[in-house]
Amino acid sequence: MTRITRPLILLTPLLAFLALAYVLPFAGVIGWSVTIPEPGVQNYEAALTDPLILSVFWRTLRICAIVTVVSVIMGYILSLLWVRGTPLVRTLTELCILIPFWISVLTRAFGWLALLSHRGLVNGWLEALGVIDDPLRLVRNEFGVVVGMVHFMIPFAVFPLASAMRTVDERVLMAARGMGASRTRVFWQVFVPMTAAGLMGAALLVFVFAIGFFITPAILGGGRSVMIAELIYLRIFQSPDWGLAAAVSVILMVAISALLALLLKQLSPKGVR
Amino acid sequence: MIRLRPGLIATVLAVLVGIFMLMPLLAVVPVSFTPKRFLSVPTDELSLRHYRTLYEDPEWFEGIWLSVRIGLLSAGFATALGTFFSLGIWMFRPRFAGLLMGIALLPMVAPPVVSALTLYFFLITLTQYNGVFAYDTMLGVALAHSVMIVPFAVVLVSVSLAQVDRRMDLAARNMGAGLGTRVFKVILPNIKFGVIAAFFLTFVLSWEEIAVTIFITSVEAVTLPRLMWQGLRDNIDPAIAAISVVLIVIVATVVVGRAVIVAVKARRA
Repeated sequence: MTRITRPLILLTPLLAFLALAYVLPFAGVIGWSVTIPEPGVQNYEAALTDPLILSVFWRTLRICAIVTVVSVIMGYILSLLWVRGTPLVRTLTELCILIPFWISVLTRAFGWLALLSHRGLVNGWLEALGVIDDPLRLVRNEFGVVVGMVHFMIPFAVFPLASAMRTVDERVLMAARGMGASRTRVFWQVFVPMTAAGLMGAALLVFVFAIGFFITPAILGGGRSVMIAELIYLRIFQSPDWGLAAAVSVILMVAISALLALLLKQLSPKGVR
Repeated sequence: MIRLRPGLIATVLAVLVGIFMLMPLLAVVPVSFTPKRFLSVPTDELSLRHYRTLYEDPEWFEGIWLSVRIGLLSAGFATALGTFFSLGIWMFRPRFAGLLMGIALLPMVAPPVVSALTLYFFLITLTQYNGVFAYDTMLGVALAHSVMIVPFAVVLVSVSLAQVDRRMDLAARNMGAGLGTRVFKVILPNIKFGVIAAFFLTFVLSWEEIAVTIFITSVEAVTLPRLMWQGLRDNIDPAIAAISVVLIVIVATVVVGRAVIVAVKARRA
């Protein structure tokens, strides 16, 4: 065998498989976007001008921004204990991160329904305590979507944050303390700036993930606060409009590729420090 | 040396976040024991009826069994493809290795709903030519799941390969070993745990896959997540609480077990 054909034996099966089952079909989806219902770019025009679709885009961006900020803050607090706590604290924190991480997105969405729905546990507790008379509407709206998405995204915020915190040199912190800085000051003026790259990475990662996320918003939003991914689903299966669904998918893919390129730049050695 | 531990405020906040993380998992436990047919918290009577449903109702049993078969098929296929691909990159370091790796990881980084629409297109196109690898069939779902999970197999096997000493492969080659001998007798035995881990992870991912599955199935190929999805969207069936508790117990046992093993090892060391 020649030098060139040998690697091909190992590399080709996967590349051919993905080319046939993924790359070509995606080209087909692009084809749908410019041929259904008739040839032309009217689907892209509609996606970028139709007020109904634009409102879905804006809602998605708004929800993702809120989810990103909340997840990164909560993730930062959790990472802090995971990296810098005593061994027992570290183990306990790790369980709080990894057990939910490995549990299916459907089970977690169901857990939030059990807690937040009309007859759910939270409303039950609040009524028993006499805080409220009528059940609060906590789910099947934007609030429910944000809560469920934050819960899903926290582990994804924690992993880059924790790895950034692990690189912080203990001696720098001790030096700052030795120079007379208070603990609060060491945290805000030394520790947080030193983990800034991790913060940016975590925020971008969560944002990218949140934008294309489908299941949690669809269940906890209850069809009322539709996000981009659910819009695509509805346009395929409920008001058959395949061309528009395809166009929105292509736009989503382009937007996320751009964000991922930014993320890679952020995480590359040059971006750090 | 004194370490700077997180202070009181950080600890209190982290406990609150930790409770937030575990709360929805704990909430399904009481709901699963309700005697009623709708989502509710049992007040005076506990019932196991929803657990009984899981193995008595053929719908749930078949969903679980179908998910197992699809998981084994797609994980086996994806692990084999991913292992050979990673080996090819590692052994031959081809030009454009970064680009090839990027193509292999594409389904992992694309938004799930875009992958779902792409695979929907793929399967309805295939359906025009055959009935085996088609929309709403077991093998069709297995094929689509393979696409989604193959990047994870590539990542895990590549990570194990990064720890293998290249000189071993070089020695084998200089002794005249052919490609087959090098792969199967020299390198694979050294990364067998990575390959097993890749199979395990891809099986779990297929077992849980839902976004793509919703797009490519309707009434015939109803996997367990698909069944849960239907129950969550239409009326909330407490049988979902029962299956959720079972799944949570399995995951928690594995994760806690691993933590205990790590802790015991750390103490001995």
